[in-house]
Amino acid sequence: MKAYSLFSLARNAMSYHRNWQQAWRSPDPKSKYDVVIIGGGGHGLATAYYLATQCGISNVAVIEKGWLGGGNTGRNTTIVRSNYLLDASAGMYEHAMKLWEGLSQELNYNVMFSQRGLLHLAHSVHDMQEIGRRGNAIHLNGIDSEFLTPEQVKEMLPIINLNCRYPVMGGLLQKRGGTARHDAVAWGYARGADAAGVDIIQNCEVTGVRVENNTVVGVETSRGFIGAGKVGSVAAGHSSVIAEMAGFKMPLECYPLQALVSEPIKPIIDCVVMSNGIHVYVSQSDKGELVVGSGSDAYNSYSQRGSFDLIEHTVGPLCELFPLFSRLRMLRQWAGIVDVTVDRSPILSKTPVKNLYFNCGWGTGGFKATPGSGHAFAHSIAAGEMNKIAAPFSIDRFNTGALIDEGAAAAVAH
Amino acid sequence: MFIINCPYCGDRDQTEFSCHGEAHIPRPTETAKMTDDEWGEYVFFRTNPKGYHRERWLHDHGCRRWFNALRHTVTDEFVATYKIEDPRPPIPGEGGRS
Repeated sequence: MKAYSLFSLARNAMSYHRNWQQAWRSPDPKSKYDVVIIGGGGHGLATAYYLATQCGISNVAVIEKGWLGGGNTGRNTTIVRSNYLLDASAGMYEHAMKLWEGLSQELNYNVMFSQRGLLHLAHSVHDMQEIGRRGNAIHLNGIDSEFLTPEQVKEMLPIINLNCRYPVMGGLLQKRGGTARHDAVAWGYARGADAAGVDIIQNCEVTGVRVENNTVVGVETSRGFIGAGKVGSVAAGHSSVIAEMAGFKMPLECYPLQALVSEPIKPIIDCVVMSNGIHVYVSQSDKGELVVGSGSDAYNSYSQRGSFDLIEHTVGPLCELFPLFSRLRMLRQWAGIVDVTVDRSPILSKTPVKNLYFNCGWGTGGFKATPGSGHAFAHSIAAGEMNKIAAPFSIDRFNTGALIDEGAAAAVAH
Repeated sequence: MFIINCPYCGDRDQTEFSCHGEAHIPRPTETAKMTDDEWGEYVFFRTNPKGYHRERWLHDHGCRRWFNALRHTVTDEFVATYKIEDPRPPIPGEGGRS
């Protein structure tokens, strides 16, 4: 793999950019791998990348039924933050944040990580108490966050309407929060993993999980059987489907989560703004589009569409908070299928089947964790035991009752 | 699924309803004897199928009554809605399996 640099850019400009090498190969699947990762989204590719580069396991395949990053990796609102209430979450998401901060350099791929700040608004006494509790918990975990008064919010965001129907009473700012380019994260990890020897196999759907003596031995795919010493399922919205193939159930339900973007406009919001209270979040992409999201639809679905009335629930608070956006046209709307656990925390875990590991349940907020999730999952697969960061997210917690209940703190806004 | 047929009220807009997950999960009776695993299974684990799904719906902004539905989770198409006490309607294409 040739490194990207200013010089390579200049050199390729001389030949009108026609001679760039392919970022990754498209090999035919081998008959057997040490580790097979199901799902070529950000988390799966990151897992493969860290397996190959840090765990000494490069005989790895990533099997993707569509194209890389075509699921929730390419459908989220690209927000990165680590301002969670509970210690286990802080461990995971701050681990990810620290990896984000060096990711472009590590991957030699510009993931456009922009720590533009993430501002969480409070609109009621309850909201103020919630950010007070969470903000202090974040401080105790050594993570940055600041309380803002409405005046400070107005100074940051002159276009905001503080006296909206539910007036802004304060805010919680994480300056290290921000956004990253979602596709570039998938592509950067894919390129890095491929260079380290990982086979990335697209357009290859897993149709079955072969289990012998309660041990996984490989996966049936649309391109035939692929043997595996270990299998890591990172299938997001289809995790329950993979689990059913392996013969067990997951504590997951799938919902559509919608997002929309506006027509591009000049820079107008230079941070990420989110509000659980009136339920909307918005940031501006580098192209100038406003990227807007809110809650998931509340019915089980794999449809990647979502219901129409939820769009109104999204743009209503947006226009209340920023009245000038009422004159913007929305260009695109889409949905991803999010796999949600009851405590709104992910699952990184061993399963009832030996050598089969699951990384799923990221629900409405997985993108921000991509590097940390892949890193923790790779080291856990390699060791055969969940590592310190992943261990609290075991599937056993739904039987022991040791839930990581971020649902109370962050069910809405991711 | 823009229009949902309430077994009590007839066709109504979907915004009047809310979905409450998988149906036909009976509440355990011998609760004092249940293990943690059995409790976990009952409370948290779901089939979450990609395909036909029997689920509970509530007509919040109407008669406020509960009913069940058979719906496809990829097309979001309702096959049938039925009262709690009614027999389960068959899954299409599966020879009348209910």
